[in-house]
Amino acid sequence: MYPKDLKYDKEHEWVKLDGDVAIIGISDFAQDQLGEVVYVDLPSVGDEVAAGESFGEIESVKSVSELFSPLTGEIVEVNDALGDAPETVNEDAYGDGWMLKIKMSDAAELDELMSAEEYEAFIAEEA
Amino acid sequence: MTDVEGTIMTEDLLRTPLYREHLALNARIVPFAGWEMPVQYAGIIEEHKAVRSSVGIFDVCHMAEFRFFGFEAFDSLQSIVTNDLHKIDELGSALYTVMCDEDGGIIDDLIVYHTGDLEYLIIANAANRQTDWDWITSHLPEGVEAVDESDRTGLIAVQGPQALEVIASLAGEGFEPPARFHIAEARLDEIPVLLARTGYTGEDGVEIVCHADHAVAVWRLLLSFAEVTPCGLGARDTLRLEMGYPLYGSDMDRGVDPISAGLGWVVPKAKTGYIGAEAISRVRESGPARKLVGLEVSEGVPRHEYPVLHEGTEVGKVASGTYSPTLAHGIATAYVPAELSAPGTELVIAIRRKEVAATVVRPPFVKQTSLSALSS
Repeated sequence: MYPKDLKYDKEHEWVKLDGDVAIIGISDFAQDQLGEVVYVDLPSVGDEVAAGESFGEIESVKSVSELFSPLTGEIVEVNDALGDAPETVNEDAYGDGWMLKIKMSDAAELDELMSAEEYEAFIAEEA
Repeated sequence: MTDVEGTIMTEDLLRTPLYREHLALNARIVPFAGWEMPVQYAGIIEEHKAVRSSVGIFDVCHMAEFRFFGFEAFDSLQSIVTNDLHKIDELGSALYTVMCDEDGGIIDDLIVYHTGDLEYLIIANAANRQTDWDWITSHLPEGVEAVDESDRTGLIAVQGPQALEVIASLAGEGFEPPARFHIAEARLDEIPVLLARTGYTGEDGVEIVCHADHAVAVWRLLLSFAEVTPCGLGARDTLRLEMGYPLYGSDMDRGVDPISAGLGWVVPKAKTGYIGAEAISRVRESGPARKLVGLEVSEGVPRHEYPVLHEGTEVGKVASGTYSPTLAHGIATAYVPAELSAPGTELVIAIRRKEVAATVVRPPFVKQTSLSALSS
């Protein structure tokens, strides 16, 4: 459950590159840990996000977690569909459950992220 | 992504007789009241909906069971609990009550079952087992035999509109379920049990009391029915809060009296001479300064300790809060000044960065269940 074409951070977000736009979501491991998602609180298009800083919150019945941006940039699209169907994060974490698209301001930050193999090893170590 | 309220438990935790069953069902295990308990199996919302629409079963073996026997059992227990034990003079009947200290502070909430001649069974919260035992036994005369049955007793809640059908098919021909708030002996596929027609979900159903050694067999019998879903403490909490049932430690504790906690109905006005009677009667006469109310919010999930505001000033904190799977929005309870406790009062809950409108409502939050159908 760790697609090879994605990059991952230690806060369990994933990044998918589409030119100079990065799509961001949370990993399948993260959604499983959370349980059924009931709210996703996301920022607005045009907002700036910074690598390592909180950009929103995700809530399940039992807990609430902060979402951290793996990269710095400007938000160009937000997955508004999660407002009405937050459970999409559980059902399709790497697809329709995406959260943000950002225009990267520093592509070098990508080098700080983990590959699928590295992320899998990271989770095994954490568990 | 980081858990906002991460908790670490290092103490030695107890396990119920069903612990291995939970592991086999891939439950997520969490520490709760000193026990390792399943918080969920397939998912809290799924389990919650199973109880509202068919049948869910819960491991509540961690709860405390005390048995009292003797000629003075009635009088001494009557002087300890707030509710009137004469309501369960009939053998096999049961009563929800609290017991309080001299200041009216709630020590615990309990169900008292009149299980036999001169005999009463009390089921109490797991976290309060020692406190309750010490309190009750210190107020008992020597002639009353008191036994803490908790370690050798299993307790499994079977809840939902089809719960009684499942129990009936296990109990065999001629089975008559006990009436609501009654307890009776039965055999489930030859296993001797007590069936208590009580619960904490707002649905019809029973709580099965059995020998701890039989808990696994009973659990497996129940799970052999396709319509039965194993449910964890997560769903237990969302189900009970939808009904406005209080949880000890969140909605009440030693610092609050039953009148303020909205439990005046378990403190009959005519009853006197029990521990805390004078203090509680003073609160009743003057009216409580603060009251536990229900709150509904349109967005976000209110949680324990979140501030409740009125006109920009903090007037209380959330006692219990969760997402209601039935209503698909947040619900909560909170102690607020009595003048802000009327249904319809508009308050605000600070859900971290956001201030969210919250309306005072009279629980239950969910009105239509198999239990409300039963009593109407």
